[in-house]
Amino acid sequence: MSLGSTPLRYRISIDRERCMECERCIENCSYGVFRREGEKIMIDSRKCTACHRCLAMCPRDAIMLEEYPCDYRSHPVWTRQAREAIYNQAKTGKIILSGMGNALDYPIIFDRLVLDACQVTNPSIDPLREPMEVRTYLGKKPSRIEVKKKENGDVELVTELVPNLQAETPIMIGHMSYGAISLNAQLSMARAVAETGTFMGTGEGGLHERLYPYQNHMIVQIASGRFGVDIDYLERGSAIEIKIGQGAKPGIGGHLPGEKVCLDVSCTRMIPLGSDAISPAPHHDIYSIEDLAQLVRSLKEATEWKKPVFVKIAAVHNAAAIAAGIARSGADAIVLDGFKGGTGAAPRVFRDHVGIPIEAAVASVDAKLRGQGIRNEVSIIASGGIRESADVAKAIALGADAVYIGTAALVAMGCRVCGSCYRNLCPWGIATQQQNLVDRLDPDVASKQVANLINAWTLELAELMGAAGINSIESLRGNRDRLRGYMLDESLMSVLDVKQVGA
Amino acid sequence: MGKTVTIDAKGMHYTPLNKKIRQAVADGAGEIIIDNVLGQRFIGNGLRGDATIVVNGVPGGDLCMFMSGPTCIVHGNADHAPGNTMNAGKVIIHGSAGDAVAHSMRGGTVFVRGNIGYRGGIHMKQYDDKRPILVVGGNAQSFLGEYMAGGLLIVLGMDGSEYFGRGVGSGIHGGEIVIRGDVDGSRLGVGAKKLPLTEDDRQRIAPVIREFAGAFDLDPAELLNAEFTRIVPASARPFAGKYTWE
Repeated sequence: MSLGSTPLRYRISIDRERCMECERCIENCSYGVFRREGEKIMIDSRKCTACHRCLAMCPRDAIMLEEYPCDYRSHPVWTRQAREAIYNQAKTGKIILSGMGNALDYPIIFDRLVLDACQVTNPSIDPLREPMEVRTYLGKKPSRIEVKKKENGDVELVTELVPNLQAETPIMIGHMSYGAISLNAQLSMARAVAETGTFMGTGEGGLHERLYPYQNHMIVQIASGRFGVDIDYLERGSAIEIKIGQGAKPGIGGHLPGEKVCLDVSCTRMIPLGSDAISPAPHHDIYSIEDLAQLVRSLKEATEWKKPVFVKIAAVHNAAAIAAGIARSGADAIVLDGFKGGTGAAPRVFRDHVGIPIEAAVASVDAKLRGQGIRNEVSIIASGGIRESADVAKAIALGADAVYIGTAALVAMGCRVCGSCYRNLCPWGIATQQQNLVDRLDPDVASKQVANLINAWTLELAELMGAAGINSIESLRGNRDRLRGYMLDESLMSVLDVKQVGA
Repeated sequence: MGKTVTIDAKGMHYTPLNKKIRQAVADGAGEIIIDNVLGQRFIGNGLRGDATIVVNGVPGGDLCMFMSGPTCIVHGNADHAPGNTMNAGKVIIHGSAGDAVAHSMRGGTVFVRGNIGYRGGIHMKQYDDKRPILVVGGNAQSFLGEYMAGGLLIVLGMDGSEYFGRGVGSGIHGGEIVIRGDVDGSRLGVGAKKLPLTEDDRQRIAPVIREFAGAFDLDPAELLNAEFTRIVPASARPFAGKYTWE
């Protein structure tokens, strides 16, 4: 090969003074970095993915990891990533696939928005003492309600309400399929959402029977591959989500490689063992906004109008106009997935270059729907790059009803964002179907960690609201007066509809 | 076989119509005859059981979507995507049908006496003993059996026309498409390849053709002996060679 090898991405070293040669690193590294040769533990750093499993399990803190130990000649245009992608494609002639979310250095708008707090002129609210309403109802709200007064003075609601999801916190977990992630990972998150009174998505991998006990907290997904979709599946979900697009790879489908289609995944998706599970780019019964309305209504008709139907799109340039069409399709909620959203695998060129940030998408969709007088017809769920409770508060203030987290929930279970999800070797037992690795993730422990994260963020959200003198999530929703832009340009602030700091 | 229930669908919206159908099934009806159907969508959606539904008229889109068990006989044409994501049961259409017939069908049978539109049988799949079957009496438009992951799709060309579509079986990774007459290689999509129909294949599909002929009161002899082209996946992993990793 005339290109030779590229420099190491990571270098692993062992402090031989500290090492007691217990071999836990050898046992734990599913990528095969460590091996014993005679008296010595040997290292093959080229196999390392920086998953940190060895560091986390080393009882003596003897292992050290260094990223990019070998420099290229520095150059602002010809970055390491640009050069290495070319070496890869010069060798293979193929499309580069990658894991996790957008890896380009775009500015993060959330970090250029600051929240408000009360001082003197209006009092802040102490969430310890005062009730703080974070319960969120997702679905259509009537534009007006009619009530009838009964003889005994009670009032009776005359307007017929359509089903809504009642979430005890605006933080939900987005769709990560069984197949992409392990059953123990899904099980852990399912227990966590049941415990915290919120919801999670199934992804397009069907619903494994071990998740049936948590089905009242599951949102079942119907995507272009229609895997695992039958009437039982639709009826089990608390809501149904049509996936049109995904923030990590807008405009294209996906496919689960045959290697990950094990016996159990094959059964849940209802496809043959070892066959590729291919989700085409479009739904082939949806070629127009009218066809979307047909699928929304078809799902409602099949489930006798008992389930809210969500529609998820990737946040793209014309998201606001598209969302206005979705709002008229009969859908109960629109999920907007921003370009920082994660994935098990996406073409690098899509992951890094297609789509728009969730902050701009939420703000413009909310504004468009309000402008058209139909904001009450749908809820807005923001996803893609929600990293902390402040992002939740800012997304809601920009107009979202609730958020989906994805990567954050995986990180709560141990994920180190190494981005090698597609290898089926996840040493944390999350993105793998290898039973010995899956067994490393204990749902009793991991579910507690995910529940802790949701509880902690919900507490922080309540504190942020209290500090701003807001005691109900409804009063935060779309409340851009509680945001200010810091070092944002004027045109972006006008899209977000926020003022700049000091104004 | 339970009792027969007749419903007059004249001017009725699909939701009350489906409610009546569900009620009739719940009450143990064996046969449900629906007269004056004119464009009502979603008839029989998500319906379970083993009732027979007779549709007199022209149903709207997504007929019998997600259906799991019943038989639906349509005396007329059908619109977009009859048998969409159907799980089990039978749909027998005495006329023609629109685009995306049997889209993502997972099990059961769809017979169309006439022609079908674009994307027929697209993404049909199979699992275990669930193997969906789509048989078209006339001809089919382009993109037939795209992304097929399983099942059997037969086009009988009984109107005497040669197969004229293109992009047949693009991305096909399971199942088989059987089309009467020779299909020129240029009509196949990426990932599909054609094979002659062997005697074993012919024996295998004969019961399906007989059942189709029986459903429409046709003589199966000529169909059983006709020349067919068989189109199958070139690989079960059509995209395996397209990607490299970061």
